[in-house]
Amino acid sequence: MAKKGSKKPTESGEKKTGEMPKLDAKIGKRLRKELGDDRLVEMYDLMVRMRRFEEQAGRSYQMGKIKGFCHLYIGQEAVAAGSIGALKDRDYVVAGYREHAQAMARGMEENDIMAELYGKASGVSKGKGGSMHLFDVDKKFYGGWGIVGGQIPTATGVAFAAKYREEDAVCIVYMGDGTVPQGAFHESLNLASIWDLPVVYIIENNGYGMGTAVNRISAVEDMSTKAASFNMKGVRVEDAQDVFKVYETISEAVEYARKENRPTLVQLDTYRYRGHSMSDPATYRTKDEVTREQQRDPIQRFTQWLVENKIRTEDELKEIDAQAKAKAKAAAKHADGEDFPSLDALTEDVYVEWPWAFD
Amino acid sequence: MRKILFREALREAMVEEMERDDSVFLMGEEVAEYNGAYKVSQGMLDQFGAKRVIDTPIAELGFAGLGIGAAMVGLKPIVEMMTFNFAILALDQVVNTAAKMRYMSGGALSCPIVIRGAGGAGGALGAQHSQSLEAQYAHIPGLKVMMPATPYDAKGMLKTAIRDPDPVIFIEGEILYGTEGEVPEEEYLIPMGKGDIKRGGKDVTLIAWSRMVHLCLDAAEELAKEGIDAEVIDLRTIRPFDREMIAESVKKTNRAVIVEEGWPMASVGGAVSDWIARELFDYLDAPVGRIHQRDVPMPYAYNLEAATLPKVEDVIAAVKKATYTKS
Ligand SMILES: Cc1ncc(C[n+]2csc(CCOP(=O)(O)OP(=O)(O)O)c2C)c(N)n1
Repeated sequence: MAKKGSKKPTESGEKKTGEMPKLDAKIGKRLRKELGDDRLVEMYDLMVRMRRFEEQAGRSYQMGKIKGFCHLYIGQEAVAAGSIGALKDRDYVVAGYREHAQAMARGMEENDIMAELYGKASGVSKGKGGSMHLFDVDKKFYGGWGIVGGQIPTATGVAFAAKYREEDAVCIVYMGDGTVPQGAFHESLNLASIWDLPVVYIIENNGYGMGTAVNRISAVEDMSTKAASFNMKGVRVEDAQDVFKVYETISEAVEYARKENRPTLVQLDTYRYRGHSMSDPATYRTKDEVTREQQRDPIQRFTQWLVENKIRTEDELKEIDAQAKAKAKAAAKHADGEDFPSLDALTEDVYVEWPWAFD
Repeated sequence: MRKILFREALREAMVEEMERDDSVFLMGEEVAEYNGAYKVSQGMLDQFGAKRVIDTPIAELGFAGLGIGAAMVGLKPIVEMMTFNFAILALDQVVNTAAKMRYMSGGALSCPIVIRGAGGAGGALGAQHSQSLEAQYAHIPGLKVMMPATPYDAKGMLKTAIRDPDPVIFIEGEILYGTEGEVPEEEYLIPMGKGDIKRGGKDVTLIAWSRMVHLCLDAAEELAKEGIDAEVIDLRTIRPFDREMIAESVKKTNRAVIVEEGWPMASVGGAVSDWIARELFDYLDAPVGRIHQRDVPMPYAYNLEAATLPKVEDVIAAVKKATYTKS
């Protein structure tokens, strides 16, 4: 996104503003052959579940069941589904704080994620992480980082370990457009390039870092061009609301990392419909802009493609949605019924020298 | 007297200092168009324009360092750190450059910069967003560290910080932004290093700063019901801390309990306790008591969060221990 006012026509035809652009037909056809209809429907199902889960998380937050910071992903589903969909089980994922949907894409269960958001002992981080800190070692999902950019060097280290142990595994790492001006970004990319590390750096450019539009914080709008200064491949997907384009781009980058041990920097242009977090009313952008962006909705476009290609009927897709809603609701109910961590948990999983409260 | 919010008091301090000295400017993430993540700089962009109220990228090391450079050559930057959890990223510039510029240049240079923002525990924000990190600044020669507890103090102290010729770390308790208090219309300054007695008492001295002052006041109310008269003193400035005030109080009460939101190891409370134990040994009727956060990262689960932070009951128990009162 980021180019407000200059809505560019998509490759699938010159669309007037207001009309929904289609998913890339060519890639769609190819992926259909390569992956099969059921797999594509699974991807769709995942995206719908992400959306409904996030909506439920928003409601639970308003009910006071989820506290602290809660950053919703609504609108960006094609990014998580398309990119993680391109990975093998042995690959690694490192994420920032807007990561509920990415955790879902990696196969983490709604119930376990929601329990974490509710601060319950059965949550993925035993209730001690919360919304910003989801982890699942078995699924190779690392993060949740609350510190902007903190995940970039660490992900580079994960890729280093994968190469060191000859695991044939790749690490992908997500970061917002807001991380790119940071030193951590530049230092990491340089290391990944000079040491030939199998890592894919994904900039999720949703147009804003909190209330600041990307063109106000970055000297260039296409941040994938920064790859050149590290002798690294850089790719930009301007329509990352198209899950097929995301899938294809990340697949290529991942295969390149797997085969050549070379990093890639990818910028995926997407959009978040909600504010930065639950406490942000997002008054810094216009209703028109949000409405315009919603015309590219990744789920609606996928719906249209599945129906037009007669893979599923509209009714069948509605049923998927109904189940996703039910699942999200059930996750909230499940989380509500779980126990908070016991007080002993306070001093578990950390080296404590001074366990008492006063002396 | 009129009452205003803590965040408004801070804004008034910045506005007044920017009006009187045009080398003062404000810089940080979301301070301008967004009016501040915690709305401390509300309206300041409109008043002063984009030249003096400046939005930055999320690059703490870069913009703090830029501020330090500008300060070396005579500007007076106020750098807002959205929270002090992120100020850690700028620590190199603050510790290695700002703090020792005057010393290592043989007095030729100084850095009149204020680095301010939210600190301390928030509500269920988890391990990376809920920390009291004042000790790491108090540890560094060359830095001054201020932490107000009330709107009145916030305004007078921030004005002093902005006028100070050296780098000042100014930490605002995140939970305090929405608290209200009396602040006069007319100008006043609160001196660097000067503490304040927030409640007089004769039986025990409670020493605190920032949010913990309010906890101590609550504890003092409870203790009063049991006939224990606690004096609550607010350090306000952590470095340098007000030794005279502490000495006077402890000589009167013969007992001290330090209450801090941070961790116990190598902490401000530890340093103050050490000083009291050595300088006021003869006046003490009990070992110096200490209350602090439990020695663990902040858990997200809100039941655990409450269990790790100092509580009124902890203060009461520590006071009873110090006064040899049965609980
Ligand atoms: C080092 C650091 N500085 C500031 C913050 C506060 N903060 C949290 S998210 C955010 C905006 C990040 O924007 P972006 O990277 O574009 O990601 P998005 O939220 O758009 O997904 C800021 C300033 C932080 N968490 N860490």
